[in-house]
Amino acid sequence: MFPTIIQFIQRAILQGTTLLYGSTGEIITEKSGHLNLGIPGIMYIGAISGVIGGFMYKQSVAQMNTVLALLIPLFSCLLGSLLASLIYCFLTVTLHANQNVTGLALTTFGVGLGNFFGGSLIKLSQNMGSTATSIALTPIAKVYKTKLPFADKLGWFGDIFLSYGFMVYLAVILAVVAALVLNKTRVGLHLRAVGENPATADAAGVPVARYRYLATCIGGMVAGMGGLYYIMDYTNGIWSNNGFGDRGWLAIALVIFAIWRPLRGILGSYLFGALYILFLYVPVSMDKQPLLQMLPYVVTIVVLIFTSIRSKKESQPPAGLGLNYYREER
Amino acid sequence: MNETVSEKKVALELRHITKRFGSEVIANRDVSLQVLHGEILAILGENGSGKTTLMNMIAGIYFPDEGEIFVDGEKVTIASPADAFRYRIGMIHQHFKLVDVFTSTENIVLGIRDDQRFNLKEAAARVAEISARYGFELDPNKKIYNMSVSEKQTVEIVKVLYRGADILILDEPTAVLTPQETEKLFAVLRRMRDDGKSIIIITHKMHEVLSISDRVAILRRGEYVDTVVTKDTDETALTEMMVGHKISLNIERSDPVNVCDRLTVKDIRMTTREGVEVLKDINFVARAGEILGIAGIAGSGQRELLESIAGLRHLDSGEILYDNPKTGETVNLCDRTPIQIRDMGVRLSFVPEDRLGMGLVGNMDITDNMMLRSYRKGHSMFLNRKSPKELAEHIIESLEVVTPSVSTPVRRLSGGNVQKVLVGREISSTPAVLMAAYPVRGLDINSSYTIYNLLNQQKKNGVAVIFVGEDLDVLLELCDRIMVIGSGKITGVVDARCATKEQLGLLMTSDTAHKPTAEEESASTRTEEEKSIVTATEAGKGEQQHDSNRT
Repeated sequence: MFPTIIQFIQRAILQGTTLLYGSTGEIITEKSGHLNLGIPGIMYIGAISGVIGGFMYKQSVAQMNTVLALLIPLFSCLLGSLLASLIYCFLTVTLHANQNVTGLALTTFGVGLGNFFGGSLIKLSQNMGSTATSIALTPIAKVYKTKLPFADKLGWFGDIFLSYGFMVYLAVILAVVAALVLNKTRVGLHLRAVGENPATADAAGVPVARYRYLATCIGGMVAGMGGLYYIMDYTNGIWSNNGFGDRGWLAIALVIFAIWRPLRGILGSYLFGALYILFLYVPVSMDKQPLLQMLPYVVTIVVLIFTSIRSKKESQPPAGLGLNYYREER
Repeated sequence: MNETVSEKKVALELRHITKRFGSEVIANRDVSLQVLHGEILAILGENGSGKTTLMNMIAGIYFPDEGEIFVDGEKVTIASPADAFRYRIGMIHQHFKLVDVFTSTENIVLGIRDDQRFNLKEAAARVAEISARYGFELDPNKKIYNMSVSEKQTVEIVKVLYRGADILILDEPTAVLTPQETEKLFAVLRRMRDDGKSIIIITHKMHEVLSISDRVAILRRGEYVDTVVTKDTDETALTEMMVGHKISLNIERSDPVNVCDRLTVKDIRMTTREGVEVLKDINFVARAGEILGIAGIAGSGQRELLESIAGLRHLDSGEILYDNPKTGETVNLCDRTPIQIRDMGVRLSFVPEDRLGMGLVGNMDITDNMMLRSYRKGHSMFLNRKSPKELAEHIIESLEVVTPSVSTPVRRLSGGNVQKVLVGREISSTPAVLMAAYPVRGLDINSSYTIYNLLNQQKKNGVAVIFVGEDLDVLLELCDRIMVIGSGKITGVVDARCATKEQLGLLMTSDTAHKPTAEEESASTRTEEEKSIVTATEAGKGEQQHDSNRT
């Protein structure tokens, strides 16, 4: 029984980390007033960019350098998600396009782009003699999954807290940093003002467009790292088309669950991770499993209902969320 | 004036400022004025006289086309609000710019970029210190959404002081305040003046000008008239400078025929959610075959009055009685929805001031906008588009609406054509009461005259027309009677044929309620002609009374 519980917690954390990256990124973005529904697509793009970088590096050298094996996929991922976020910003901030439409289009585009390049890479490796229908970057995944020292020597404590690759800890650190920046710094105050009331921020001399670009790009890059984590850590470096599933949407739902607070997002993501895999641990028949898989979404709806009923101002989305801002001329 | 200047140093000087919007609209023409250290200067002028535009140029929101601005004798260029802050100028706008979920301190420090470490506790202490110094009551950690209007205004003022402003501009600060709150604000303003700050206050209320200001600068139609020392002037002199001389417009006006009471408004009261009384004991009668003008400073309750008659707002108390010309019955419209009002057989048309917001749907074409009024007709599942299209074509032809076709979205039409479509639709339903709020605002001369003619035609058809206007010359030439509304109260009803601009100006800016005298009560039983004479002399007496009060 005890080992099962430890294993369950471990898998919930591993599952939840993808969501944590996505939700932290989306919280940063939404605090600027951008409802970026392109996050699922950006996570896909982040994942495939990392895979492409890793694949190219793996093909070009005989013996991989550990540091480069880590950094090249990471930087390719950041670059890919940055470019995708820039598309979103350019369309919504500069061209005043509708945020929902832009976001949905970006998601469709990102999933397609991921599967397209994924398919190409699979073909490429098949041409080189592989028979698999997926790309295996196992040596790189090994680097990403390096555990902390002493993890094996500390019993259950080591298993629960120390047995993960660095990206699991990085996700928590990023969420904590995001919370500190948002609530304790001048930049955070300005960013929240931009998301709440861009006209007021503008009148106070805060450069609205610059803040929105920055927050959306940084948020996009954080979310993109969730995609990279998923491939390099969670699936042991194996890319298969459409493997990422609906995790991007779950991350967006998680933002509502966390009522736009990164620290609540940490707990929420592990909870969602646990709910996501619950069906593997509860003995139900195959045909009833989807009911359990629904749980994260049901919880989100319940939270949404509760926050609406309580109508506490602090639990509401940023007032300017989803609205483009342009100075009105007389 | 020269004596005062030599006593105190000039803080801010404007020289020959001109500002145009587009090629035709001149908001300010050749305005020069001075503000001294340690004085309160009131800027007085009618709606559209360019007060706010002028102040926006000092605050860096607009940039003057011509002219120079001097701060402490040095020529400056103010291109943005940030520039204005650099010269220690701060403006408190009529519409507050605050983030609801932030505390007052967070709002106050928003946008400040200095080298100091970001520390909200220290900032809160400084906010408390500023509040204590000038006597504000402000909790630095209270959230804006928990605040009253007056507290929000305090935050705005402290925000400006926190940035070290020495010249404060307040755009109609008392419009949203209760009399008690106004008194508190004035006490604070006096303390700031005694501290050496220069304060510019825009207000329409004459008694406030007289009680708070040291000097008054008067603007009329964008032009600077004069600056006078407050204690050397009085209400009548100021009003005369503000409204100027009458200009003849040659609007056709026929004598009313077959006049009878159509709409009787009795003792209506309305309070906003913030607790501000916007309508106080309004009593009047709109008569068929007559144009009743409503004059008043913008925001005195005109909008609320018309919207409550149209069934869009809830009243605290009172009655709105409609005499049905067909059945002879009298019905109460109070607290009915527009559809209920229509179903009661009341033929009421409303041309709201917000044409593309409340009147028409900008993205829909002319035909569809006609259907907004008629879509409930008929029992078919499908809409009847034929008759609305005919109506649209008829309006385009008869009112000479310039449009590429009936299927052009109305937002693509010019202001005048939009208004013709709206007025055309409203009069096509052969109303018994037609209410029009600022129907010529933003229209060129020709379109304006088209609208005047339409209203006159309706009057001849026996419609009770209610016309809310801002240009006193137009009101005096178009209407039969003019009702003046000030701070939600009726301050007087005059006969438009013999009233003067000064008389209207005084009624608009006075804050004392018009109490019907015994003489006037009995007048309601007299004939129309007699009554108008009585009301006119009544208003004349009021003027004399003001004079006698001062002596």
